[in-house]
Amino acid sequence: MSHDHDGGFAHPAPFKLLLSVFIALVLLTILTLALSSVDLGLMGAFGFWIAMSIASFKAALVMLFFMHMYWDKPFNVLVFLSSTLFVILFIGLTLTDTSHYKNTIDEYPRQPDTSTMAP
Amino acid sequence: MAVVEPEHGAHDDHHDHGDFIAHHFDNAEQQFDSGKLGIWLFLVTEVLFFSGLFVAYTLYRVLHPEIFDQAHVFLDKYLGFLNTLVLLFSSLTMAVAVRYAQLGKNGHVVWYVLGTMVCASAFLGVKAIEYTHKWDQGILVRSAFDYHAGHHEAPAGTLAHTLGVSEYLIYLSVIPLLVIIGFAVYAGIAKLTDKPNASFFSVCMAIAVGGYFVGAMAGHFYMEVTDGGFGGRSEAAAEMMAYENETHSDHEPTNKPVDHHDESAVDQQTAESKVAPYQGPQPDEFDQDIGIFFSIYYCMTGLHAIHIIAGIAFLAWILWRSILGHWRSDYFGPVDYVGLYWHLVDLIWIYLFPLLYLID
Repeated sequence: MSHDHDGGFAHPAPFKLLLSVFIALVLLTILTLALSSVDLGLMGAFGFWIAMSIASFKAALVMLFFMHMYWDKPFNVLVFLSSTLFVILFIGLTLTDTSHYKNTIDEYPRQPDTSTMAP
Repeated sequence: MAVVEPEHGAHDDHHDHGDFIAHHFDNAEQQFDSGKLGIWLFLVTEVLFFSGLFVAYTLYRVLHPEIFDQAHVFLDKYLGFLNTLVLLFSSLTMAVAVRYAQLGKNGHVVWYVLGTMVCASAFLGVKAIEYTHKWDQGILVRSAFDYHAGHHEAPAGTLAHTLGVSEYLIYLSVIPLLVIIGFAVYAGIAKLTDKPNASFFSVCMAIAVGGYFVGAMAGHFYMEVTDGGFGGRSEAAAEMMAYENETHSDHEPTNKPVDHHDESAVDQQTAESKVAPYQGPQPDEFDQDIGIFFSIYYCMTGLHAIHIIAGIAFLAWILWRSILGHWRSDYFGPVDYVGLYWHLVDLIWIYLFPLLYLID
């Protein structure tokens, strides 16, 4: 390399780190599967949020190490994570709107739709 | 500057450009950073693209949670789990490929990218088994939803009947088969016309697409062993099927040959014991609303599968350039960018798996 900046911006992730992340991801997937198989009783109500938390933790692992966010420029991280803000806005505002006219939906009499039913 | 390469001397450069460093960039790092920001912006649009479907899912689940309780028994969570493992493993091989590209070891990149592509194809193979099994049972989008329980054998004398698989699977598998044949033939031609790189690339592509059949065979074997899937939920599925058999018996025996000898006996038994306490919705509502769940299911997993196919195409480009030995420690951007895209496809599946397969 003739210049000092050559190769200076590559951050090869250690192989052992990548393998550890993969094993952690597999274990977390097994955990999610196991939690969905057993009846958690009181925990059942929170089952959805537990599953989503584990998924988000897995997503964080993938982003940090597989996607190199750990070594990436903070601006790139900001750009990507800003998308979650807009997803939350999208889902949140739509849900707020829907809950506003949910009563109307519930009261609306269901018409048996025969046009698209199978014969 | 000490050494001026001939092609660079014409530009009157004040710095030494590498082979793939575009002229309008100051140096390799600036080019890499520009591309990296670009791919992150693209991934943002991808997240927002998928978020529309996540909104559809969330709204429908909030308004009709009972539909999701009924619909999830039709999805086999162990096949979903298998696909999650395949995709996570492909992410690992992709991350390792990026590592070796950063170290300039092109030979290693070839094998890890090939591994990623085989996993991608295997994912599609398992997906094909899942889809065709549902299509056989009429588990389709809402407008076409026409669920009928039981085993569905292809008409006697067809290839599907001989192999014991769905006819739809045969149609789907023609596509990867033709791709493999095409690459295999071209590998031979390239070999004979003295193009070793093109020949090696074609052999790799044939192997990569061949992963589809590995996945399909694994999925088919699982279906055979578990007698139609519904892993871990066979009781709930049997209950649902028994209910359906009872209510839809009028159009059951018309065209579809149903295997009655052992499975139906169990179904009949459960039908007698379990239909009465079932407090589900009326059959017509059942049809419509479960169909809406599957409309969402097919849109989400279908769009994801399209991304997998696109990913295989991008990876083929990376594979070709790895064979040509393009990657160096100051030029590995394309591998990194395709890797980021591939990990995003993995990220989306990480959320899709619990949302669709693990509803309880």
